[in-house]
Amino acid sequence: MTEKIIEQEKRAFLTGNEVVAWAALAAKADIMYGYPITPQNEIMHYWTRLAPRYDKRFLQTEDELSAGFTTVGGVLAGRKAFTATAGPGNTLMQEPVSMAEMLRLPIVVVIQQRGGPSTATVIYSQQEVTMTTLGGNGEGMRVVYSTSSHQELFDYTIKAFNTAWKYRFPTFVLGDGYQAKMREPLTLYDPESRGIELIKPEPYVGKPGTPGVDRAPSQFRNTYSMEEELLEIVNQYMQDYGEMAPQVAEYQVANVEDADLVIIGHGVVFRAVRAAVDNLRARGLKVGYFRPVTLRPLAVPQIKEVFSNSKKVLVVESAYGQLARLLKEAAYGTTAEFLTMFRPGVGITAEEVEAEVEKILG
Amino acid sequence: MSKGICPVEPVMPTSWRKDNKPHKFCPGCGHGLVLKCLGQVVDELDLQDKVVFGCDIGCSLLAWDFFNLDAVQTHHGRTTPVMTGIKRSRPELICIAYMGDGGGYSIGVQHLVSAAARNEKITAILANNTQYAMTGGQMAPTTLPGQKTETTPYGRDPELTGFPLQGQEMVSAVCREGAYVARGSVANQRQLKSYLKKALENQLAQRGFSFVEVLSTCPTNWRTNAAETWEFVQEKMPEYFKLGETRRPADMRGEGLANG
Ligand SMILES: Cc1ncc(C[n+]2csc(CCOP(=O)(O)OP(=O)(O)O)c2C)c(N)n1
Ligand code: SF4
Ligand SMILES: [Mg+2]
Repeated sequence: MTEKIIEQEKRAFLTGNEVVAWAALAAKADIMYGYPITPQNEIMHYWTRLAPRYDKRFLQTEDELSAGFTTVGGVLAGRKAFTATAGPGNTLMQEPVSMAEMLRLPIVVVIQQRGGPSTATVIYSQQEVTMTTLGGNGEGMRVVYSTSSHQELFDYTIKAFNTAWKYRFPTFVLGDGYQAKMREPLTLYDPESRGIELIKPEPYVGKPGTPGVDRAPSQFRNTYSMEEELLEIVNQYMQDYGEMAPQVAEYQVANVEDADLVIIGHGVVFRAVRAAVDNLRARGLKVGYFRPVTLRPLAVPQIKEVFSNSKKVLVVESAYGQLARLLKEAAYGTTAEFLTMFRPGVGITAEEVEAEVEKILG
Repeated sequence: MSKGICPVEPVMPTSWRKDNKPHKFCPGCGHGLVLKCLGQVVDELDLQDKVVFGCDIGCSLLAWDFFNLDAVQTHHGRTTPVMTGIKRSRPELICIAYMGDGGGYSIGVQHLVSAAARNEKITAILANNTQYAMTGGQMAPTTLPGQKTETTPYGRDPELTGFPLQGQEMVSAVCREGAYVARGSVANQRQLKSYLKKALENQLAQRGFSFVEVLSTCPTNWRTNAAETWEFVQEKMPEYFKLGETRRPADMRGEGLANG
């Protein structure tokens, strides 16, 4: 296929799920595997409408274990493969993701967070942060981008495929039900026309030539019989992960230099945080914001700096401290007073953040 | 060449890796016999440059570097979806999913049945040794009534835990035209080879899902000597697990179903 999917940059007014489907096409994804769950369903709905036009494939699997493991298979075969899920589906997804961590398979997983625990709501939350960053029986060897707008859903879905295939760690785009279902304007573009190189996938198995004749067989395992063997592998992977971290970690920061209080939020909540900072500054209050874009790996040096230079930090999230826990670890040894505003499973407005800050700064 | 005690190297299929033989299965284990038949079939069909071999977690995990084939070791029960994912992405590859009865009929049963129902063009091979061997011999869905395992120390009581699962029949029931489904045994390798060959030919012809359950041995967990092992697999197991082909595509060569 030489045909460009997006000929010219164009403004569009789409739902977030539609944006993800377009972004996967723009990133030259080959195949999606998926199982229905709200609020991600429309990613599959749009993909299945668009895919045949561009010679792309889709498989609806029997559950999310299968969606994840077929995605693993697609990547092993050397294809850009992805899946999307949410909530209890994300729980099941952790098993295939752990296999992807062990075999260094660049699967891409889009999460549209919904309420938890259990089936909870199909609407919205930020309660899948712990699971998405650190799920599975391992060390959290994955990259997690937390988006806050439709433009970012487009940009970071494209980026997720590149990060995954460049560093060979499973990569998540972490959205939520609001972003999934809302309509918002954005610019669709062809990444290569903007000078973004799309990393080409390579097969792990089914390589050219006859194994044992022209080449060694390409064989992968995830079990080890010796503790020392495993230690060596995990240490090597964590070293690779550590070297990757400063290159993929992203954040946004503003107005922190003279701030009495720095507000921290991620994903869609960051929009309320940013608006609150603007409004509070206009009222003469010295506040700033910090926003982690990657939740794993975190921009640790920058987080330490913020926590070292401000007296108070307020963490705002639609979960009961899942981001806060990650931040505490990153900020270990710093001195800022740690304040929190937890609203598990519900949206947060700028006004609510402002009211909280005014209470704190009196 | 100095490996082992046998002065002459036994004849091995070309598709086997020779550098890591003798293999790691226990003496008398059925897995080695299944993989021997499979290796011979891969040779005969000249598939070494086309096959991707996937093995489960169970004693089948030991097969990850067994062949001169590209291969991947997956998770317990998840070999069917991994091979399905490969096949859907690269239909020109011949995908083999190799698993145990625990992997295929218990933890991964939804994957096996769904792949069969969707008529995925892969070949699944399941070694039924009537228990979970790798974890030390617990009851599986296939454990025979009265059979002692670590979790049925007084023998399996069907009143409490049901009768042995007719897995091959279950798979067969959801299959449609184009599928090939059979049950063979390591006690009859000629027949087993012919089943495995048809199961791969069926994938080559892109007709549909292919499935072969193989009655297999586990002397280690059965705690049986050679004669008892053979008696169990040859006499006892077929009382519950009928050998033969239950599905054969209409355009497969030959007449009728071979119930040897
Ligand atoms: C999710 C999960 N649960 C449990 C296990 C532990 N486990 C490893 S092998 C095995 C049983 C294997 O039995 P079977 O599939 O019949 O293969 P066999 O060893 O008998 O050949 C189990 C339960 C696991 N690896 N993963
Ligand atoms: S425990 Fe049983 S199934 Fe496993 S290798 Fe030994 S004999 Fe074979
Ligand atoms: Mg078994």
